[in-house]
Amino acid sequence: MADAKIGAYICKGCGLGERLETKQLVTIATREGKAGVAKEHDFLCSAAGVEMIQNDINNEGVNRVVIAACSRRAKTEAFAFDGEITLSRVNLREGVIWVRPDTDEARETTEEMAADYVRMGCAEAKYMTPPASAQEKGSNNHLLVVGGGMSGMTAAIEAAKAGYPVTIVEKTGALGGAAANFYKRIPDRSPYAEPMDTGIDAMIKTIEADAKISVKLNSTITKTSGAPGSFSADITTESGATSTENFGAIIMASGFKSYDMNLLPELGGGKSPDVVDQMGLEKLAKAANGGAIKRPSDGREIKKVIFVQCAGQRSEKEGHLSYCSGHCCSTSIKQAMYFKDQNPDIETDILFTDLRTPGAPGEDFYRSGQEKGITFRKGVVSDVSPAGGSLKVKFKDLILNEEISDEADLVVLATGQVANAGVDIEAVKQDEPGEWKVNADSILNMNYRQGKDLPHLKHGFNDSHFICFPYETRRTGIYTCGPVRRPMDIQQAIEDATGAALKAIQAMENAQLGRAAHPRSGDLSYPSFRKEGCTQCKRCTVECPFGAIDEDERRYPVFNESRCRRCGTCMGACPVRVISFENYSVETVGQQLKAVDMPDEFSEKPRILVLACENDAYPALDMAAQQGMQYSAFTRVIPVRCLGSVNTIWITDALNSGYDGAILMGCQKGDNYQCHFVKGSELAHMRMSKIDDTLKTLNLEQERVATYEVAITDIKRAPQLIEDMAATIEKIGMSPFKF
Amino acid sequence: MSNYNNEMVEKFRGNFLKEVEANVEEGDWVKMCMQCGVCSGSCPLGPHWEHPPQEIFMLIRANKREEVLNSSSMWMCTSCYNCIARCPRGLPITHIMHGLATYAKRLGLAPKQQATAKFAQLFWDNLVKTGRVNELKLGLSLYFMNGIGEGIKTSLKMKDIGLGMLKTKRMSPMEMLGGHGCKDAKGLHAILKKAKEIEEAKIGIHGA
Ligand code: SF4
Ligand code: SF4
Ligand code: SF4
Ligand code: SF4
Repeated sequence: MADAKIGAYICKGCGLGERLETKQLVTIATREGKAGVAKEHDFLCSAAGVEMIQNDINNEGVNRVVIAACSRRAKTEAFAFDGEITLSRVNLREGVIWVRPDTDEARETTEEMAADYVRMGCAEAKYMTPPASAQEKGSNNHLLVVGGGMSGMTAAIEAAKAGYPVTIVEKTGALGGAAANFYKRIPDRSPYAEPMDTGIDAMIKTIEADAKISVKLNSTITKTSGAPGSFSADITTESGATSTENFGAIIMASGFKSYDMNLLPELGGGKSPDVVDQMGLEKLAKAANGGAIKRPSDGREIKKVIFVQCAGQRSEKEGHLSYCSGHCCSTSIKQAMYFKDQNPDIETDILFTDLRTPGAPGEDFYRSGQEKGITFRKGVVSDVSPAGGSLKVKFKDLILNEEISDEADLVVLATGQVANAGVDIEAVKQDEPGEWKVNADSILNMNYRQGKDLPHLKHGFNDSHFICFPYETRRTGIYTCGPVRRPMDIQQAIEDATGAALKAIQAMENAQLGRAAHPRSGDLSYPSFRKEGCTQCKRCTVECPFGAIDEDERRYPVFNESRCRRCGTCMGACPVRVISFENYSVETVGQQLKAVDMPDEFSEKPRILVLACENDAYPALDMAAQQGMQYSAFTRVIPVRCLGSVNTIWITDALNSGYDGAILMGCQKGDNYQCHFVKGSELAHMRMSKIDDTLKTLNLEQERVATYEVAITDIKRAPQLIEDMAATIEKIGMSPFKF
Repeated sequence: MSNYNNEMVEKFRGNFLKEVEANVEEGDWVKMCMQCGVCSGSCPLGPHWEHPPQEIFMLIRANKREEVLNSSSMWMCTSCYNCIARCPRGLPITHIMHGLATYAKRLGLAPKQQATAKFAQLFWDNLVKTGRVNELKLGLSLYFMNGIGEGIKTSLKMKDIGLGMLKTKRMSPMEMLGGHGCKDAKGLHAILKKAKEIEEAKIGIHGA
């Protein structure tokens, strides 16, 4: 590759020319930043400005472009150059002039701020190399769908429609899943008044007629290995015959099972055949097929049905489900309609504590149920027991505040959905390398170092970036849809599956180009690791949020580039710093913070280092600047891919080289995480909790380092956190480590 | 009248909701209540009701016929329309309250000593006589509604307002003698009689 040559370009537009000595900045770029070419321009993002730079790339050998202008989040389209280059953005607009007052007193410190950022940009450029796409490229675009229910069939049909071949692997002997037993489904279109056909039969026909979709019934997955674009799956039939096939992406749509109503004896579960759960009622209704539904116990006519909502759900009792399954209120309305539509004289009482009918049909469907004469009573059921040929239902009416004892011929329990989410990899022990075995309870039987199935988040559902990117799981190229992710009804499962199909297609296409999938979609860089330095500490293999790193027999990490999301968490984890990306490494950041000019202890000019997550905290600071908020001129902000990529050496180096304070800003962590890389922020917080030791050895105050969760909406708070640190430093004094 | 009550009990056999739907003005709406409680919370008199509207609707659905019809609740409604304006389900609550009150009275189940019920009757009797309200007589009959002693006390208390009304010609002492009426009181009586017939036929009161 050609020698590195930095071209630094200082923009004078957007008021930068008036506020800053741009000539001076050019000199700094040349003298201190060692830029081979350094120029200022009136209007850098204009066609002329862009052409000037492109010309230098083409004819002057510039291959490390440093643009000192607006935030890296602005003008990305204008500053997209052709050629093998790296691009560094120096944020003089949002990062300097917009957050500083335009006054004579502020001029000097503002100027220093700008100068430092130019030094930092050049330092970064010096240590970057242009990313070539990953060597490991998948070429397979065949989609594997695990589970042949509503979700799986939808995903298969949608992907096939988009032109991709699909294989459905279904455990049972038929397609259709849970919904195949439904008599009807909640309507999906206006006026949302009548239950409608499930459409399962038509879907099965579509699949059978589609040459792009093949179906393997009575089969399970006994091994999954590989990466996006090059997965390999062992498909084993009931008889034990196994075939190995290759796939580009995987959708896991293994659905749910109903909560076991036998665990609810107080509600009559298991005590009488006339107490059924909602799935049981569907079967009765399907058998009746529009005729009178008969009592299971004696085939007698039914005059009164009581539906008990939230049976074993939304309850903190041991063994109950603490969550709401979301669909069962609407489902009970639908089921009560089965009776009312057949014979309006049948009494149907729905006993609820809160009637929840989310989704488009919700209110209209509820109203339709009321119009049909279904009785809704707010009440808590305490006991259901067989008595003299019928069922006695005891409940407390919450509106009338009265204990009531009623009778019914049939009781339907609205029990919840329990995810078929595979084994909980955090709970089961992982096989030693080389001793991998099939687990009958696993859905995917992955041979990944971190475990056989997709990680769970809460309540046994698969983790799928619940808040920001609901389709994203923690295994690249493998997507979940339907009730494995969260409880849902048919309509939601269909939408979910359609989205998952799209994501799977995207993953296959990206893998073929050697590019990252979400959220650094299109990123060509990938982590490389220097094996000689590795101490086999396993931190990277354990901490990678996406299970991208396996281990060989000698416990060395084995990177799977296509599985990698380029978050840099491994880089942050590595104690010997042997993991890096071409354009993002311990050096590219470390050299930036060292490039800052460090005034002495008595200058009254402290330095505050801010490492800000580029997804949330950095944009929040940009937006604060747009809104005219200000923060200390002593701040030097460096965006990081994810807080997880922060290697503690950066903090140690910063403190050693005289920074007076350091702030880390990452996304929300924990169960309701918003971290784009799921675990990055959490891991960073964990690592930083140990920084106190370092501070102690240096004899520095603990307050000098602070780690925060910052959301993109924290526009007021983010600058305030910086101001707080500035105030703290004023209180405790400057760091003595200035050189 | 209690005959009519028995007939209705017989006819609807423990399905009070059906009975309300058939016989009470806007009774069709009762099943549409979703028990949010907004009406009860909006009613300026809500805290004083035996059963605020939300509860009345639940009682109907829970088949509590006597409890509803004997209740003084619906007689408490002042027709402020707060509840109607706020009910997310658009129930004409005020109208249903009056419908229930009327129905209870027809059945002979309305509470005997309920003040608004009494006043309503006085008002009606006063009005139909001539087709115009006779303020003087209405006022006096209202004061003496609960006996002579209380009547005198109230009259004295209201004396100044009465004199003021006389002075500004809002009320005439001549009303005591007969008072003003509409042009054709006989015609009005005929209309009311016909209306009564139609309505009673509709809700099944025979030869009342
Ligand atoms: S949807 Fe309704 S029945 Fe189901 S858990 Fe939620 S509130 Fe309970
Ligand atoms: S930690 Fe992040 S960068 Fe490292 S291998 Fe995993 S996904 Fe890739
Ligand atoms: S406001 Fe309407 S829906 Fe709510 S309780 Fe009252 S009548 Fe029912
Ligand atoms: S209209 Fe009647 S019931 Fe409704 S809020 Fe007013 S007083 Fe209460």
